Amino acid sequence: MDSKLVYLMADLKEIETIALVNELIKEGVNPNEILGSARAAMELVGKRFEKDEYFIPDLVLAGEIMKGISEIVKPLVKKGEADTKKGKVLIGTVAGDIHDIGKDIVTFMLDVSGFDVLDLGIDVPASTFVQKTREFQPHVVGLSGFLTLAFDSMKKTVQALEEAGLRDRVKVMIGGGQIDDEVRRYVHADAYGKDAIAAVNLCRQWIGG
Amino acid sequence: MQAMDWRMIMREDAAELYRQREKRVNDAIALRVPDRVPIEVLFGFFPAKYSGMTIEEVMYDPDKLFDTQLKVLLEFQPDMDQAPFAIRFLGPLLEALDFKQLKWPGHGITTDHTYQFVEGEYMTADEYDHFLLDPSDFLVRKYWPRVCGNLKGFEKLAPLHGVITYYLGFNLSIAPFSLPEVAEALAAMQKAGAEAARIAAHSRRYTQKAKEEGFPIQTGAFTQAPFDTLGDFFRGTKGLMLDMYRRPDKVIKACEKLLPIMFETAINSTRMSGNPRVFIPIHKGLDGFMSKEQFKRFFWPTLQELMQGLIKEGCNPCPLWEGDCTSRLEIIKDIPAGKACYAFEATDMLKAKEILGDTVCLRGNVPLSILIAGSPQDVKAYCKKLIDTVGKGGGYIMDAATGLDDAKPENVKAMFEFTREYGVY
Repeated sequence: MDSKLVYLMADLKEIETIALVNELIKEGVNPNEILGSARAAMELVGKRFEKDEYFIPDLVLAGEIMKGISEIVKPLVKKGEADTKKGKVLIGTVAGDIHDIGKDIVTFMLDVSGFDVLDLGIDVPASTFVQKTREFQPHVVGLSGFLTLAFDSMKKTVQALEEAGLRDRVKVMIGGGQIDDEVRRYVHADAYGKDAIAAVNLCRQWIGG
Repeated sequence: MQAMDWRMIMREDAAELYRQREKRVNDAIALRVPDRVPIEVLFGFFPAKYSGMTIEEVMYDPDKLFDTQLKVLLEFQPDMDQAPFAIRFLGPLLEALDFKQLKWPGHGITTDHTYQFVEGEYMTADEYDHFLLDPSDFLVRKYWPRVCGNLKGFEKLAPLHGVITYYLGFNLSIAPFSLPEVAEALAAMQKAGAEAARIAAHSRRYTQKAKEEGFPIQTGAFTQAPFDTLGDFFRGTKGLMLDMYRRPDKVIKACEKLLPIMFETAINSTRMSGNPRVFIPIHKGLDGFMSKEQFKRFFWPTLQELMQGLIKEGCNPCPLWEGDCTSRLEIIKDIPAGKACYAFEATDMLKAKEILGDTVCLRGNVPLSILIAGSPQDVKAYCKKLIDTVGKGGGYIMDAATGLDDAKPENVKAMFEFTREYGVY
């Protein structure tokens, strides 16, 4: 763990962070160690977000820095050295809704927190959620939606999982613009999260890690 | 003869109701105590659903749109209505342009779902300088061709500001107008112009009808916070979030460039409609979407100046603060008192009343989750709480947290009936 890298990145110093990563690579530092530091930095970013010191733009910038680091480091990581994942999360924006900004941030935060995330994209029919739940066998299914029309799509998706006999095998979390506990009851989801960190915490609580 | 007398009496009644309703809302905005809590809503596509029609039908058929809107107006009787044409009867115009920033029924969306915005970086990070030099030239030659498939030909034009006089620009800069691609784009623009004129004509016809029935229109103009325009339509949400770190000065300059444009848009419409209330949906300044410091630096200055300018011209800015804006209340208090109406979606209304109560009229906050998934009793309980607290002493207009689109009719009915009964001062 390189504490200078951790703090530069957690403080969102984009240019300095990338410069340091290039330097560390030149010095022959193990790329996995660099990725470990970057993940530790993301951990700090998440904590600052929870404390209302950081906000969505900070998460987005941290994501860009992470992407920049990965582009430098990932080609150097030897195969088979990749980390084992903590658990599987299937995620998507429900049928009829094409919004993806929130979902993308959740996907990124879950991924960087060590979960194996399969993102089905936007306007995902209930039948696709069912099919992918069968194939991917996730621990958690995350349903995203920004518009009020998403309430019914979420409800139908949970129903479809039930009818397929899959509901007991997964936890369902929902999130997005208008989502609150009233909607959670309506949809029969297990929980709703108000932001990306809440989604990570829910998955940690259900899966561990 | 008798029938005509009856009609005249109705008309006088309607005129009196119109005056009463306008006074009720104006009293609330001016922080005087009205006779009762006014109620207004953003119907969205609720009227189509209420009449069993698809969204596609009302986006393409002006008569269906007219009838469905009038039906909910007469049944629910809000204190002020919305003329729905400018943001609902969009199908033919969008097709004439081959518009790319929306997906709508028949164009990427099923017939019964609302149209939706397609996020994107419609202006790249390195185009700020072009935008700052001449926004109109940037719009015509770069932006329009990207957001309207049928205006792609304008890419071929030379800089518009280069066309100055017979030896400055005439030959080289006017020549591209002879290209077939440009001719196609001009023809598409003419066709779109005719569709836009149809929207305006229907809008006037509807406004007149609502007036005859005794209902004023909520807002006569539409504008935006400059930061929102920059983020929504040019740089995209993610692009602009990153710009705040990577090129902060350009963001501020672009907002300042947009400010007079946003002001002019609003003023021109209010003069044409004779309606001083200006709707300003707030998208990107919400809690969570940026820090308080970023809000103070990037978002608020040009919005504040826009609203102050409108107030100076005798207008009433009516922003809809989407999401939760509780941490912004102290900052957004800084405008002249009794002139603006702040609608809130999920902001803490008690805090809003406490901090803003002597400055602006408050509006809204009945959650769509309750209006869709709850019961009429839930709705009434929520409205009671709002009337008892936020409505105390005037300065509050009942409304849902945002557009009604998918709300249950019995819940909407409960909100209206309860407010009319219980909201009397």
